[in-house]
Amino acid sequence: MKHFLGFIKKEFHHIFRDRKTLIILFGMPVVQMLLFGYIVTTEVKDARIAILDRSGDVTTRRIINKIASSGYFIITKYINNEQEINECFRKNQVKEVVVFEPNFEKKMQKDKTASIHLIADASDANSANLVVSYTAAIINDYIIKENTSALPMQVVTESRMLYNPELKGVYMFVPGTMAMILVLICALLTSVSIVREKELGTMEILLISPLKPTQIIFGKVAPYIALSFINVITILLLSNFVFGLPVQGSIVLLLAESLLFIILALSIGILISSSTNSQQTAMFASMLGLMLPTILLSGFIFPINNMPGWIRWICYINPTTWFIIILKNIMLKGLGFMSVWKETSILLGTTIFLLLVSIKKFKVRLG
Amino acid sequence: MLPIIFVVPLVQLLILVNAANMEMKNIKICLVDDDLSSTSRLLTGKFSNSKFFDVKSNTFSIEEAIQQIEKGRVDMVLHIPSGFEKNLVRENKGKIQLMYNAINGTVAGISNSYAGQIISGYNREIITKWYGVSSMQAGQGIINVIPSFWYNPDMNYKVFMVPAILVLLVTIIGMMLAALNIVREKEMGNIEQINVTPIRKIHFVIGKLLPFWIIALVMLSFGLFIGKLIYNIPIVGNLWLLFAIAGVYLVAMQGFGLMISNTAATQQQAMFLNFFFMIVFIMMSGIFTPTDSMPHWAQVINYFNPIAYFMKIIRMILLKGSGFLDIYKDFMILLVYAFVVITAAVIRYRKIT
Repeated sequence: MKHFLGFIKKEFHHIFRDRKTLIILFGMPVVQMLLFGYIVTTEVKDARIAILDRSGDVTTRRIINKIASSGYFIITKYINNEQEINECFRKNQVKEVVVFEPNFEKKMQKDKTASIHLIADASDANSANLVVSYTAAIINDYIIKENTSALPMQVVTESRMLYNPELKGVYMFVPGTMAMILVLICALLTSVSIVREKELGTMEILLISPLKPTQIIFGKVAPYIALSFINVITILLLSNFVFGLPVQGSIVLLLAESLLFIILALSIGILISSSTNSQQTAMFASMLGLMLPTILLSGFIFPINNMPGWIRWICYINPTTWFIIILKNIMLKGLGFMSVWKETSILLGTTIFLLLVSIKKFKVRLG
Repeated sequence: MLPIIFVVPLVQLLILVNAANMEMKNIKICLVDDDLSSTSRLLTGKFSNSKFFDVKSNTFSIEEAIQQIEKGRVDMVLHIPSGFEKNLVRENKGKIQLMYNAINGTVAGISNSYAGQIISGYNREIITKWYGVSSMQAGQGIINVIPSFWYNPDMNYKVFMVPAILVLLVTIIGMMLAALNIVREKEMGNIEQINVTPIRKIHFVIGKLLPFWIIALVMLSFGLFIGKLIYNIPIVGNLWLLFAIAGVYLVAMQGFGLMISNTAATQQQAMFLNFFFMIVFIMMSGIFTPTDSMPHWAQVINYFNPIAYFMKIIRMILLKGSGFLDIYKDFMILLVYAFVVITAAVIRYRKIT
């Protein structure tokens, strides 16, 4: 036991001596939360648009004013002919061009109908869609205000955004960031640090020491369990105090589920380390096999429903998918254990399976 | 290493492009039609016929519907209260309620805009049904809003993602692999043997970076080829221009990689530093979301983010066919950037450890 404690102490020393990695380890969750919280938003805000007003009368000017004062758009350019539209898009100057047909006001009075053409740069299809639907809504709103008495049968829509009324990005990213950091530290770092001993040849020295192989492995991973727990707590504190996103459900349950996921990630890390011999291979295996699925194939950023069937199956195999569902249910929806028992048992089963496999694999001698 | 270099782009293009999809379809919806009138049925019919929505269930209890959102079975609920048709006819106003699972705010926002389009089309239809076409033209008249989507009329999200994945690809090879390669020599102790040879440091650096520069450009053409073959992405602009810019961009990123390998002692450190900077730069570059909607300070930081320039330019050239004159300003900045970074990195590189 004394040997073992000494070994764990040595591992802690290893980690604390490597200041740069340590700073990044603790800085990563903070920076990521801030990044995702503030930067990754798809809302339409200050979208640059151009106006091609072929009519130039009072009505068109009133509509333009309405668009300009909505807060969603900045009119950066007034253009005079169709050719300029293509140029604006090619120079990336605007996202949308609003085209009024000639004699707009006259047509409104005479024919009771006139057209506005919204041309969007759909190379970014999503924002083009949003920009167009916002502009259309402003124009519709204008016509309804002008026509209050005339238009019968208004369908009034009341939209309620459950769990996240302000549509903040953080709601999405807190669970995802947490899962990502845990995978990064537990699986990637562990596998690399074990393989490193192999690559540098120090593993042999460890193996002939009185420590048992399981003790070596446990000693290697113990510091990372501590580190990742600190990170989980940092993320929860940040989300509560900086983003005003408290844990709705039971914190004890949340931490217990995190611990389960940490053990799961560690067993993946051990598995990787026992099947590779060079750090670079371990890194790329972890990056490809773990980081990519964790970020993209888990419902973290992109909804699983949108994906084609065969990719959806990868998502279901990916344990992170289930962990993120658990986190969302507990943190954001405030549900109890009964709502996550299915996901929890999937994680538990996977962990046991992986641990058995990796312990079995690790006993192999080197060389 | 070589298989990884060739497998990575394939996997990225196959999986990432399909997975990174914000093109909303099959939004799962639960209908709560308490009115059960012909007018309300017309609206529910609109939702069942839309290709964006997938009606998962019908119920008459709003609590049950909310529970279904809670359990993740549906993404949204359309509630038509009883008396909807009556109110619409008598008071000229009928209320309906939409509820979304808004944990993913982006998805909820896009779903809401689709639903809004369906509902306003429906509204126009019932007015014409009850009052005839002429009623729409009473008063001020109506405005036809005609949207058109240039460069990508099918609104195919993959067209937007393929260029971004190509950027990722060349960045990983250019910045990360090169940096790791140099640090590996340090960690293994080989660097001392190289340091005692008469090779000049500039030659050493070029020797280390040039292979990755070439591999990255080969990968770019490989990726473009796959993108064209599988996803049929448009290549409107001039490819020579694209490669010229990619070459300059790569020099800048390799400079960064070299700087990181100057400070890192172990591969683990180098990997973490690389990973950290890459994720920050990439997220800020507008890979998924437009840079315009970022806060002002983020846009200022982006002036110093080479990935943001390349991300913008590659999409402009490939999708919109922008020429040299359209991008020369960004190109010049990238050029200066590459020069400064690589010079600084080479100067800071020491042959003494």
